[in-house]
Amino acid sequence: MTLTATQAKPAPALLPRAGGLRGPLSDLFWRRPKLLLLLMLLPPVLWLGIVYIGSLFALLLQSFFSIDEFSGLINREFTLKTYGDLLQAANLDIILRTMTMAALVTLASAVIAFPIAYYAARYARGRWKALFYLGVMLPLWSSYLVKIYAWKLILAKEGILTWLLAKLHLVWLLDGWLSLPIVGGNSLSVSSTGTFIVFVYVWLPFMILPVQAALERVPGNLVEASSDLGASPGQTFRNVLFPLALPGIVAGSIFTFSLTLGDYIIPQIIGTSRLFIGQAVYSQQGTAGNIPLAAAFTVVPIVIMGFYLWGAKRMGAFDAL
Amino acid sequence: MTSAVSFQKVSRHFGSVRAVDMVDLDIVPGEFFAMLGPSGSGKTTCLRLIAGFEQPTSGSISIFGERAEGVPPYRRNVNTVFQDYALFPHLNVLDNVAYGLMVKGVGKLERQKAAEEALSLVRLPGYGARRPGQLSGGQRQRVALARALVNQPKVLLLDEPLGALDLKLRENMQEELKSLQKALGITFVFVTHDQGEALSMADRVAVFNDGRIMQIGTPEDIYQRPKTRFVADFVGSSNVLPPDFVQRYSGQHRWGSLRPESIRIGRAAKGDGVAARLVSTNYLGATTRLALDADGLRLHAIVPAGATLPKEGEAVVLTFNREHLHLMDEPA
Repeated sequence: MTLTATQAKPAPALLPRAGGLRGPLSDLFWRRPKLLLLLMLLPPVLWLGIVYIGSLFALLLQSFFSIDEFSGLINREFTLKTYGDLLQAANLDIILRTMTMAALVTLASAVIAFPIAYYAARYARGRWKALFYLGVMLPLWSSYLVKIYAWKLILAKEGILTWLLAKLHLVWLLDGWLSLPIVGGNSLSVSSTGTFIVFVYVWLPFMILPVQAALERVPGNLVEASSDLGASPGQTFRNVLFPLALPGIVAGSIFTFSLTLGDYIIPQIIGTSRLFIGQAVYSQQGTAGNIPLAAAFTVVPIVIMGFYLWGAKRMGAFDAL
Repeated sequence: MTSAVSFQKVSRHFGSVRAVDMVDLDIVPGEFFAMLGPSGSGKTTCLRLIAGFEQPTSGSISIFGERAEGVPPYRRNVNTVFQDYALFPHLNVLDNVAYGLMVKGVGKLERQKAAEEALSLVRLPGYGARRPGQLSGGQRQRVALARALVNQPKVLLLDEPLGALDLKLRENMQEELKSLQKALGITFVFVTHDQGEALSMADRVAVFNDGRIMQIGTPEDIYQRPKTRFVADFVGSSNVLPPDFVQRYSGQHRWGSLRPESIRIGRAAKGDGVAARLVSTNYLGATTRLALDADGLRLHAIVPAGATLPKEGEAVVLTFNREHLHLMDEPA
């Protein structure tokens, strides 16, 4: 039947080229794979190289211009005057505040993310794993602004948190905390503590996922081997799990740290009236019209991240990669 | 004398699966003990019970006379060489070997010296600065061995440590492990599914199947005098003979076993013996393995290479020394 039909007409050893343009093109790409690679990379390289890096470079260039204080016009001559302005006490204050916040948010995210990531990587299987991904990703699907305003209500003086603490007779604890300088305020929603809580909430998924990916790559028998060699669970964490998860923690901290450094919406809606770098950039280029100073402010997170990565590399954070 | 490891009616169930089922076991201090069985037979679970990675569902485990249930792995003076070595990828070879001493708080100089000595013991001196990723499979295996031995364990557990090595390397390591065990006098418990490995290395072998121990004995016992059909078949693929067949030659209605090398092949119509037909021949180098069909019963024979063989499909007569026909305990 079908078999005899094929036997009647023996199949050729080499098949003919497909018709139209498709055949010659496929053959050409097969013979010259680098041509295909070039064609595939050209659009993103153009986008990244010219549109993205190029405009970033143009922005950085602005920071070496200065503003004429009387006319408000930009003086396009190379000068370091703007960087001098950046180093004024008020601006240094902004930089220091933002860096401290970014460091604390990163630290808190890492501490909260590790157990969640550990559970997901080691124990969660099947449906529980799906639930984990859903739980981590779900907040990212809703609007960032909606989440922040929701937090404003949660943290407000009349909000659910105060109500809950009142039920637990713990309002004195909240009041005590809010009466402290720097971290305190009239209510959580207008204190730096509130800003901190919302930052941690919003950036947490960006820490959990890389840490989980790093822990997933640690073979389970390394934990057993450590225990077998006499290490208590604490020693196993310090000597095996933590060093092997470190690249994931560093990857996550790059997100949490740089996102906090650049954000201008969260501190504007929740927190004190004291500025963060993002807000400074926003107001300098908007209301103040001082583009050079805004550009100089944007250089700060870039330089900080550069030092951060250099330090992380020197500490051996990427050795286990 | 107290046993190095003693199991009393130990069971380990995973849900409805009885991975280990009512196992009694006594391992003598200083012996090389092999646990042999197919995958899923419970031998690795037994090893993990000794190491402390698993806890028994019921029964009791003692290590050198001390009850071990509920004792975590890090409080057992027992070390494991893992199947895929489980070397720490972020530490160099020296720090891997010194790990056990490091967590016990031994000073840096002292533990590095001990680690160097352990590396020389496994013939890898001067490899300390390398990363595990830069070593070959055989070298990693030696590092894993050094990492366990440096702690001077009371019992060393080896979980199919030679499984990933090629044949030549495996044979070398078998000899080395054997002589190392003799020199150190540490009790070795070795898990393998390779019967040749178990027979050649161990002082005693326990054959596992379906979570139970089928037979414990010296390699010779296990090989020459299997107690059950499973042992006869698994250890050296003996010919298992049904009771009716055995009755004709021994007068007893019991299951029997006959080693393939005990069977001699003759031309048909040449003296009495078992009439059979040659089904196929497998050339194995030093020997040739013949598959034979004796009136529906499939038998295997091993003959030295170079012997003149009948053609496939030809009728032959099989003879054997009746002393080589072993009667098994298993009821007919």
